[in-house]
Amino acid sequence: MAEAVGKIEIKCTVNGEHRQVHAYPMARLLDVIREEMHLTGTKEGCGEGECGACAVLMNGAIVNSCLVPAIEANGKEIRTIEGIASGAQLHDVQEAFLECGGTQCGICTPGMVIAAVALIQRHPYPSDAEIREGLAGNLCRCTGYQKIFAAVVQACQIAGKTSPEYR
Amino acid sequence: MEEKYFGHSVLRKEGRSKVTGRAQYVDDLAFPDMIYGATVRSSVARGRIKAIRYGDGIPWKEFTIVTAADIPGKNEIVLMLHDQPCLAADVINHPEEPIVLLAHPDKYLVEEARRAVQIEVEPLPAIFTIEDSLARRVIISGEDNVFKSYLVDKGDVDAAWASADVIVEGEYRTGAQEQLYIENQGMVAIANPADGVMVCGSLQCPYYVQKALMLVFDLPADKIRVVQAETGGGFGGKEEYPSMIAAHASLLAWKSGKRVKIIYDRAEDMVATTKRHPSRTRHRTGVTRDGKLVAMDIDLVIDGGAYATLSSVVLSRATIHAAGPYACPNVRIRSQAVATNAPPHGAFRGFGAPQSIFAIERHMDQIARAVNLTPEELRRRNFLHKDQTTATGQIIHEAVDYDDLLDRAFRESDYHAKRERFARENPGSAIKRGIGFASFMHGAGFTGSGEVYLASVVEAKATSEGMVRILAASTEIGQGANTIFSQIAADALGISFDRIEIAQPDTGAVPNSGPTVASRTSMVVGKLVEEAVLGIKHTLVESGLLCDACTEDEFVRACGRYIETRGPLRSRSQYEPPPGLLWDDATYSGDAYGTYAWAVYVAEVAVDTTTFEARVTDFVAVQEVGKVIHPVLAAGQIEGGVAQAIGMSLYENVVWREGRMANGQMTNYIMPTAADIPPIRVFFEEHPYPFGPGGAKGIGELPMDGPAPAIVNAIENATGLSLHEIPVTPEVLMEAMTEKVGMHG
Repeated sequence: MAEAVGKIEIKCTVNGEHRQVHAYPMARLLDVIREEMHLTGTKEGCGEGECGACAVLMNGAIVNSCLVPAIEANGKEIRTIEGIASGAQLHDVQEAFLECGGTQCGICTPGMVIAAVALIQRHPYPSDAEIREGLAGNLCRCTGYQKIFAAVVQACQIAGKTSPEYR
Repeated sequence: MEEKYFGHSVLRKEGRSKVTGRAQYVDDLAFPDMIYGATVRSSVARGRIKAIRYGDGIPWKEFTIVTAADIPGKNEIVLMLHDQPCLAADVINHPEEPIVLLAHPDKYLVEEARRAVQIEVEPLPAIFTIEDSLARRVIISGEDNVFKSYLVDKGDVDAAWASADVIVEGEYRTGAQEQLYIENQGMVAIANPADGVMVCGSLQCPYYVQKALMLVFDLPADKIRVVQAETGGGFGGKEEYPSMIAAHASLLAWKSGKRVKIIYDRAEDMVATTKRHPSRTRHRTGVTRDGKLVAMDIDLVIDGGAYATLSSVVLSRATIHAAGPYACPNVRIRSQAVATNAPPHGAFRGFGAPQSIFAIERHMDQIARAVNLTPEELRRRNFLHKDQTTATGQIIHEAVDYDDLLDRAFRESDYHAKRERFARENPGSAIKRGIGFASFMHGAGFTGSGEVYLASVVEAKATSEGMVRILAASTEIGQGANTIFSQIAADALGISFDRIEIAQPDTGAVPNSGPTVASRTSMVVGKLVEEAVLGIKHTLVESGLLCDACTEDEFVRACGRYIETRGPLRSRSQYEPPPGLLWDDATYSGDAYGTYAWAVYVAEVAVDTTTFEARVTDFVAVQEVGKVIHPVLAAGQIEGGVAQAIGMSLYENVVWREGRMANGQMTNYIMPTAADIPPIRVFFEEHPYPFGPGGAKGIGELPMDGPAPAIVNAIENATGLSLHEIPVTPEVLMEAMTEKVGMHG
């Protein structure tokens, strides 16, 4: 039984800032981010790793924070939606989501933006298939995905990175 | 008005807060004294409550516990009828019936406590299907299990059979569908006898919630305040059920004296809240040898679940859309909404129309085969034209041109060439390709006299700095209401988009502009926004502070002068029906809607005969929706609706076990991902509708109607299998294909 285990100290870097929180080791990273760090941009959609609304970057890799135990975050670098823009300057991906209509109700948007950022890091010149595959872990019920695909393409174009098929 | 913004894709009004994660949804609201609520539900579908037991090991004294006995007013969640309790006190009518509410500062403990409450129930016989309900061996509602029935009777169907050369019959079924907005439902409430009740949450219709709470607390409207938080999708799922959650959170707040938050987790949201009504539609159609429809006899039944909720209204829309966009002189539509012991089914984008349109558009393909015509030729011979009448006898005054819509849809999808190519290539391939289409219409706004009864109001208010604030109860749920209203207001006043502010929907501050449903927000409320802001301008012109053709600076200065010298500058507008609309509820005939959107959708599919999976590989959506206010938002509505309808057609299968959804998880209730959705190509024909703002019609629900029949028609083209039920899952295809000899290879 894990009941004897108390809260532990977890040190990590969140959006470039050193953070130190007390949490149960098996608490969900999602809850630690939302409730201890008060970063509510990261959303819960399903709590079982299906929808991707809780996606964050951990040491640069995309993870569903609802499935990550808090202890896993110790010593790691976490980036949430709040850390994507540089101050008032939106990230290319955020700008493109706005312009292309990639956000509607907005609840999947933080996770979707994180997924798009991770996708472009992995594939600086993503093909259509790579875009679809890269976003397949993030569910959107509003857009039918078309405008999100367009936003990813546009974000790559802003950054001067485009797959030959979009040139 | 000069159209600087109308027709242009300006940036979404609240878009920046959404892409940065700053938008505040209900679960993002936190207060120091807040406690967490949970709902204890029934475990059986029907029965009598014998005892409620609170199990050992839980510090019950720390909990706020609410049962029906704690309700200060009536134990009802009122909508159309007064049949649904807020908390079951004695009788249980479905397996997710709420019975006990719990609240505690520790949200993990409250979940543990919820599981420790045992409801002892004496079971009663229950019914779970349309057939069981119609058989009436067990009566669970009223005298006959029927919540509502309608009869549409045009011409003389019985006499018309004689003039038919061929009679074609068919039965079509659609399953339940979960709205699956990505934000689960939730509410925060604060309530006490001195101040009344205030709730803030995820919802579509603030005034529906207010009406429900007034009854539960026996308080007047001015003691009930309902505020909408940023809302993460609705699709109809947040039209009615938020009243239930708001009542529950408020009851816990009332008893505890603390702020209470109830957030459903995904499983609770999926199993307990409303879903699309399952349906069964039977068609019997008389047609001449040359393909003219002479008699349509339609029998439509929807499963309403345990309580009446909105079923009568859903049934109405299903009924009116059941005969499709065809001019048939003799039409009889008999329809019923029946009771079963499942949680009540409710509003979901399309609101009954997708069900009955699936049936008619699949049936048209069957009729075409029976009279040896192509599906398009049969439709061309029967399309509704200007000056002809719909099933309810509504004369169409618009110059609807279905031949043109069909031509364009076929051109964009390369329909004929593909039909030919697939027929040639399929025999040698394990992947069978097919292409199919559906032609359909969707009435915009409330049905019949609905808008007149609503009598919606919008207010506009100017500040001395020349900002104009729009006050309406219409909610932004992703569809872009904030942006559309701002475009309309800015153009009407000739000022910049950024001068328009949209007030947060709050019953304490905004007038009732009606519910955010029925594809009515842009068309009906948008028109009221235009009239309200024009009222402000009119006041300024009348007072001599402004000339009619003013610049933005002049407008700003005039606002300042007016407010300084005369006081508040505000204007209200109220709905007036377009002239000449006549509807008769008694005979269910007349002008069912002020206008319709008209559409032809084409779907291309690939059916894998090895895995039995059907995929949509291309999709073309051509529609006439009046003038398009915002091309990106409009296309976004169509694409999103098509994707949701692809889910309904192929993937989204609610598995029922004794009235309970057995697959209430995103893991086993499958909605389409980015990998499942084909390119969706959207085309608008724009014919201005004189009574919509700038000529716009409603658009939101239309794309839910056409994809399912287009896809299943395409599957028939690909495989020769005539399927009459959705969703067409691999299991369904496997069964159908293994029955049909010679499908492989």
